[in-house]
Amino acid sequence: MSDRSTVHSTFAIERTYEAAPTRVWRAWADPEEKRRWFGPQGPAKAEHELEFRVGGLERMTVQSPGGAYKFIARFQDIVEGERFIHTYEMYLDDARISVSVATVVFEAAGGGTKLTMTEQGVFLDDLDSPAAREHGTGELLDTLAGHLQSTGD
Amino acid sequence: MVERLTRGPASVSELSRPLAMSMPAVVQHLHVLEHSGLVRSEKVGRVRTCTVEPAALRAAEGWIAARRTAWERSLDRLGEYLAEHPDEPPKRSQQ
Repeated sequence: MSDRSTVHSTFAIERTYEAAPTRVWRAWADPEEKRRWFGPQGPAKAEHELEFRVGGLERMTVQSPGGAYKFIARFQDIVEGERFIHTYEMYLDDARISVSVATVVFEAAGGGTKLTMTEQGVFLDDLDSPAAREHGTGELLDTLAGHLQSTGD
Repeated sequence: MVERLTRGPASVSELSRPLAMSMPAVVQHLHVLEHSGLVRSEKVGRVRTCTVEPAALRAAEGWIAARRTAWERSLDRLGEYLAEHPDEPPKRSQQ
């Protein structure tokens, strides 16, 4: 089997928050705020920088047992309070593992905000590497643990 | 085409039959799938038989599911963060 492959995927995720669109928007646009919810919140070590303007970059590096995961995004389109589009690449150490376009739309819904994120991605090469598997499984188990914690009371 | 192959191996002509595609277009499409590692083909006599590469399919599906899950989790954390820090409450917040 070739170790070069391209797999395309599109998915959309929706959430409704009990906060005004301006409030939700700020949680994405303000670097201090974004750090509070985006990326690992536990003991895992992460570096994060964010320049929220068209052409600006966001970078995050997370050290994991499988290697260093790097997220590098460029903001392509920003309509204040309504939507933004960024393209982003993911790397595992020096290997590029995906390239994506992600669109995030904010709509007022009652007193809150409906957020829709659509990702169109190309997943690259050697997907079955042990490190990638470990990352995938780790994320899934983390999510399950987080879910059990938040619903356990 | 990949969906058909997940049900079992098929020859190129079997694959092309339900599709509104010319044979060269089908062959070209198969080349792309083979190049991506998702499909394997083997020629025995005059018949080329294609099979899906389950490991590649599973890996890709798992990887994409993991990405989606990571975003779901981030957006849930955003919800928790907003609930804990509602310092710009919606104007119409009364029940």
